[in-house]
Amino acid sequence: MTRNRILFGIGVLAFVSVIVTVRLGGFLVDNEYRQPDRQVAAQEELGEAELVPRQQGIADEQAADEAEARARPYEEAEYRTVPFVGSRVTVWVLAQLHLLFAAFVLAVPLFAFIIEFVGYVKKEERYNKLAYEFTKLLSVSFSMTATFGAFLTFALIILYPKFTNYLMHIFSPTFLPYVLLFFLEALFLYSYYYGWGKFGPKMHLFLGFMLNVVGTAIMFIANAWLTFMMSPGKRDDIDGDGVPDFVSAVSESGALLSLRDAFFNFTWMPINIHRIIANVAFGGSIAAAYAAFRYLQAKTDEERAHFDWMGYVGNFVAIIAFLPLPFAGYYLAAEIYAFSQTLGIQMMGGTFSWLFVLQAALIGNLFLGANYYLWLGMGRMEGGVHFQKFIKWLLIAIALCFAVWATPRYAISSVSEIAAMGGSSHPQLSYLGQMSAKNTAVNILILSTYMSFLLYRRTGRQSIHPYRQLLTRAQAIVFSSAAALVIFYGVYGYFVDSATRIRFAIPQVYSVLAALVVITVIDLPLYRNAAQSGETKWGRIPAVSQYALIFIALSFTWLMGLMGYVRSGLRQEWHVYGVILDTSPDAYTPSLGFATQVVSVTVLVFFGLIGVVFWLSSLSGKKDYAPGAAPEDGGRLEGGQAA
Amino acid sequence: MLGLNLPVVIVLAAIGGVLAWRRANTLTWLLYTWVALWAFFKYGFAVPIPQSVATIYLGITGLALVCFASSSRERLSETVQPIVRLILEPRYRLALAGLLVALPALAAYNVYADLNVPLEAPGFGREVHPPPPTEMTVHDETVDMATAENPYLHYKHDDPELYGEHLENGRRVYYENCFWCHGDGMGGDGMFAHGLNPVPSNFNDVGTLPILQSSFVHWRIAKGAPGLPGAGTPWDSMMPAWEKFLTTEEMWDVNLFIYDFNGYEPRALGQH
Repeated sequence: MTRNRILFGIGVLAFVSVIVTVRLGGFLVDNEYRQPDRQVAAQEELGEAELVPRQQGIADEQAADEAEARARPYEEAEYRTVPFVGSRVTVWVLAQLHLLFAAFVLAVPLFAFIIEFVGYVKKEERYNKLAYEFTKLLSVSFSMTATFGAFLTFALIILYPKFTNYLMHIFSPTFLPYVLLFFLEALFLYSYYYGWGKFGPKMHLFLGFMLNVVGTAIMFIANAWLTFMMSPGKRDDIDGDGVPDFVSAVSESGALLSLRDAFFNFTWMPINIHRIIANVAFGGSIAAAYAAFRYLQAKTDEERAHFDWMGYVGNFVAIIAFLPLPFAGYYLAAEIYAFSQTLGIQMMGGTFSWLFVLQAALIGNLFLGANYYLWLGMGRMEGGVHFQKFIKWLLIAIALCFAVWATPRYAISSVSEIAAMGGSSHPQLSYLGQMSAKNTAVNILILSTYMSFLLYRRTGRQSIHPYRQLLTRAQAIVFSSAAALVIFYGVYGYFVDSATRIRFAIPQVYSVLAALVVITVIDLPLYRNAAQSGETKWGRIPAVSQYALIFIALSFTWLMGLMGYVRSGLRQEWHVYGVILDTSPDAYTPSLGFATQVVSVTVLVFFGLIGVVFWLSSLSGKKDYAPGAAPEDGGRLEGGQAA
Repeated sequence: MLGLNLPVVIVLAAIGGVLAWRRANTLTWLLYTWVALWAFFKYGFAVPIPQSVATIYLGITGLALVCFASSSRERLSETVQPIVRLILEPRYRLALAGLLVALPALAAYNVYADLNVPLEAPGFGREVHPPPPTEMTVHDETVDMATAENPYLHYKHDDPELYGEHLENGRRVYYENCFWCHGDGMGGDGMFAHGLNPVPSNFNDVGTLPILQSSFVHWRIAKGAPGLPGAGTPWDSMMPAWEKFLTTEEMWDVNLFIYDFNGYEPRALGQH
């Protein structure tokens, strides 16, 4: 009762404050010091109402403005501005928020579908429940995606009307299919979510499959719009002289020549591949962060066990998708470089190259966070101490690779440091800033992370396979050979010309991928029906592990924002590269510091909003309101059913 | 040796050896690792490494050590126990008092040291590659930067004698005009180099010529510092625009020569 009274009192006080403020404001305006007004008042009293000079001046200005407005002919605006923030930052933030929610909405159905399918095949209900738990996040996120999509569209039409009109000129035939697909997406998403348990498993899986197909198609269409802005055409050897020629999709004046070339442009497919993989990694990490959030809120061991498992699966999905991501990124960057030397140098050697040092730091953090989570997870199993001794060596390998990857080719140096080094590159460390070292570092990082996973998988388990020794040795040989090959090519790269060195990346990648596949293929039968030294106790993990999951999600989001800026910012003063110039006041490349601030604020806003999504999603597990009932302490799982 | 300051490395290794011999606890090892790496990055190299890089390395080290210390309940307990004992046990009161004085003193010294850094002009990472324009005009000829190649490069296989003549001409042009700054060995260490900031490009560097198409090098020779793009400014390069002093053939010849002298091939178009 006391609480209600206080709340009521605060409400009344707030209302009275508003009234008092308004009245006070009115009083002050009415009683402002205006000496000439006294004269007016005096004149009014005498019946001689005339305008004082100030009033006359204001009236004249208003009349002049009105006359000017009437005389002004209608003109199409090229740009409009937003006070304080600016048009570019407005569109930048909105586009980034739209993209982050869209990535999440596209990714979650992908792995929810896979988890549901696994549950269907293995006939285990817990997978079905887990997939449903993931899907619960979709409904609100879908609305957020649509809201920010509409917001972004309006912002583009209002702030960049001429450019938006141009994009419509090029891509208007794609808009109707896009909208239709969006309807289908809504249909499949809501029938997938609300139809959980209402359809047969095959029908429900079909809905999930179609949801993914439609979602991916939507992304492919939107990707064509944005990649066209970077590469408005394709590169093809049309005259047969062996030298690639640029085949523009538009004329010199910007008129459309081929919608097909504009759509299937040079960087379209590299972006599609990169985004699908990155979306899954990002979506997995956000879902894991949700599980971490629920784990930290959990009141019972049962809840902790459920959300610990959910976090583990989300993180597992994120890391599995993350491992091939550097290669997809490398492919995209290589295609951008091949498309335009100017864009390539701008990206990897010019101003934007500094952002790749930040990228390296974030990716290093991701690897470290992912490994750390696995090491902490060993505590869930009895007998986990056995592998603890390897953590030191894994950590050394990871930290060394992280350091190599974060070493800039040309360091940020003071004048005296440059003088001491004889240039911007350090005589020894600059070797670590080169591609050979970077490729080697990332491949060893992937191998180390995989090793952590193998150790985690083995914790508390003993293989009973008749050839266990032989198979384990085979795994060790494959692993060591891959690592040796990667290091060999890394070192050898310093002794060959650049063209050969760049090609060394391919055997490095293939040897690592082959090692991952071969070791996994051996590991599956090796540890099938393995003897367990103890039970896996889900939920028995230090709370810091959950913060590691949130840290991983944050790093992923930051990374997406940062790299998205690099890809988009590369065009510099062009709306459409080489075709439509940006002539707005924002047609300059912002400082790196400013760019990182915008990205950081966007990430914070996203996490604020995703926090709301988490909260709304968790409401479904709470008890219904009942008058007079005691407040509920914690959430329950699955709408009142225990997991 | 290896560009290292050996006495420092030996001292740090010896301390590590003593700790191993005395079977130091986890906390001591963690502290030693961080401090030893700090000392190594600051004093362990013959040419000191830039502060920015050392900060990155020490940040990574710090993160890794925190991860290691907390990677299991047992290890965390092992790490924290000595700190708990230091705070709680009466026999360590003197050490605790010393620590309570030492930590603020260290922070104060850090502030003092930071405030006493000699004043100097801010440095910029200028030796990044400036992006070339999509095309340029040199002596009234339009050069497409994406597709242009050195017109004399193919003589290397088609007509070695003519190739040699162009090389010889390139050599003459280089030693008449370029070696003053770029050096007679092309290491960016010519006799004027010490007076320039940024220092002239080092053509021996494996990360410079081989990753560039010859059109890029032609652009840099022809347009020099005045032709550098607005992005990434300020550019303080002193490179002259050689199109005002040399013919187009001379510029392509010297282009050919600097690649040949260093044993590199220009990057090919469409090459990833």
